Amino acid sequence: MMERIDLQPVSEGAVRPAVAAENVTKIFGEGPDRVTALDRVSVQIRQNEFFTLLGPSGCGKTTLLRLIAGFEIPDLGLIHLDGQDITALPPHRRPVNTVFQSYALFPHMTVAENIGFGLEMLGQPQLEVDGTVARMLSMVRMEAMAGRRTDQLSGGQQQRVALARALAPNPKVLLLDEPLAALDLKLRKEMQIELKRLQNETGITFVFVTHDQEEALTMSDRVAVMSEGRILQIGSPREIYNHPAHRFVADFIGDINILPGQILSVSAEAMSVALAPNVTIEASCTGIDPREGAVSVAIRPESANIAQMGSQPGLEGVIENIVYFGTATNFHIRLDGGEAFTVRTPSGTDTTLDFSIGDRAVVVLRAGQARILID
Amino acid sequence: MSVISETPADHATTQLRAAASAVRRRERRTRGILLAPALTTILLVSILPLSITLIYSFLKPGSYGGVEWSFSTEAYVQFLFERDIFEDTLAFHTAYLQIFGRSILLALVATLGALLLGFPTAYFIATKPREQRNLWLFLITLPFWTNLLIRTYAMLLIVRDEGVINIALMKLGLISEPLAILYTDKAVFIGLIYSYLPFMVLPLYASLEKLDFRLVEAAYDLYASRLKVLRRVIIPLAKPGIVAGCILVFIPGLGAYITPELLGGGKKLMIGNMIAIQVGSSRNWPFGSAAALILMSLVMVSLLIYARSSGREGHSDG
Repeated sequence: MMERIDLQPVSEGAVRPAVAAENVTKIFGEGPDRVTALDRVSVQIRQNEFFTLLGPSGCGKTTLLRLIAGFEIPDLGLIHLDGQDITALPPHRRPVNTVFQSYALFPHMTVAENIGFGLEMLGQPQLEVDGTVARMLSMVRMEAMAGRRTDQLSGGQQQRVALARALAPNPKVLLLDEPLAALDLKLRKEMQIELKRLQNETGITFVFVTHDQEEALTMSDRVAVMSEGRILQIGSPREIYNHPAHRFVADFIGDINILPGQILSVSAEAMSVALAPNVTIEASCTGIDPREGAVSVAIRPESANIAQMGSQPGLEGVIENIVYFGTATNFHIRLDGGEAFTVRTPSGTDTTLDFSIGDRAVVVLRAGQARILID
Repeated sequence: MSVISETPADHATTQLRAAASAVRRRERRTRGILLAPALTTILLVSILPLSITLIYSFLKPGSYGGVEWSFSTEAYVQFLFERDIFEDTLAFHTAYLQIFGRSILLALVATLGALLLGFPTAYFIATKPREQRNLWLFLITLPFWTNLLIRTYAMLLIVRDEGVINIALMKLGLISEPLAILYTDKAVFIGLIYSYLPFMVLPLYASLEKLDFRLVEAAYDLYASRLKVLRRVIIPLAKPGIVAGCILVFIPGLGAYITPELLGGGKKLMIGNMIAIQVGSSRNWPFGSAAALILMSLVMVSLLIYARSSGREGHSDG
């Protein structure tokens, strides 16, 4: 029987990444159907971190996950697990387990048999398997369901069983392929917390794939934003949200206003940019080569205020819509330059009631909250 | 009945009720019309011939074929016992039981062979891209375009001493003398598999095609080797197809007539040939009928036992 590979213990000092992809390229199809799913992607996922691959469908995030799991072999590039090259290793020999989007629970086995399957395949004695299964069942709070068939479970319960099944063999890395996508909002929120708890408890490296930016921000230690087979930016949720480097990242993560501007002056970390004849703003541009001429400036809706005409200098426009959603109110404003701009005002602010649709208003930008983007 | 005394609401209710009962009547009539073809077919081609067979099996054989209309259980007695004509005593004999046993064994082996050949075939087709599958299925059903008799003759030409197989093997120098295949159990076995393989492949395909291959991936992911994935995931999930395929091959295999007649040379009898001989040259219609009914009961009882046990299995698991 082929065993799963044993990894060398991590040596002192030099901490190896849990997973490292080097220049990985994956192409599907031939001729006119040829699709480059991954285009020279490199990423290092640290030990014990909750790492999220975030992007719209078709961006290559699931392909990258499948390459790590071993379901696909890259056309170019290498995949390392704990410093060991696993590029050509079949899935059943990689100490990596997957929680599938569809859960993929075995319908002909009970909950306990599902959870014990991996351990049994590893050749563990039945007594040990039973012990681990019991531990896993209590960890995901499914003790009462051990003897049930999987088709008798709710979506949330199936999700827990899928998690327990993947965690039972104590993998080096747990891969999660949009596991929460099929759950309703309330359950999804619960499972987000649950997943984070499990990751803390087990200390296993989680690689999580999602297209839900909120999910990525709430759970991850670090996020890689992907688009069209490339990783555009890797960073903590805070970095990604506050300092998006790419227009795509800025657009994809949360709501954002993107305005064209003219560079007036450039310093080491910021640019002075003119947005309108008499409106200039200082925008950070760390990590971006300062260029001459036209740039895009990103401003979060919550980084701007709305004010009465003439009260303060700012971008002027007409309020097209006012959307109230509990914690805040969004003002959708058509600027005189023609761009749409959204201002978000937290509830409880007095200004909320002063405006109605059709009014002219001034958008006041807060200093230090704008960001120059790569197009 | 006066309409005037009714309130408008009452009137509406009555009308509704009348309409509902009209709909029900029409539904009943439609159901009757729709059921008629099926019921007629079952009556004409199944119940009627079976009743005739059942009645004949309890009559006495006529001297020149046909039946004599007097009640007798002799046909069933004859199946297990030999009657001494002079002393009118019964002696247990197993000749017919042996033929039954041989037939069951041959049909079982052929079913197993068809399963071993058919499973990889069905798996192959089921894992092809959707638009290619129909072509492969078409190829599987292609032999049905030719009559079974002709196909069996073709098989005879292939397996005989001067046939394609023997000539090829001799030309290759693998054998010096032709293998004696024709007129042996081997030839019957090959012929049965060849005739009924599509009946195995099609239900297997239907069940493998529905198989969620993400489950296969999940099993690989959980450290199962290829063989373990097959044994622990694919086969259990394809079980309905396997059972259906085996039933569809075993039953016609058990009652096969042309294949053992042509390829077995009529020397190695199967039940089908025995029944044909009894009704034909032996002119013993009651005995032929009895043998046919015994065969049918055997098949039905084994199917019932299977259905019961699999039903119970499902319940105890659930």
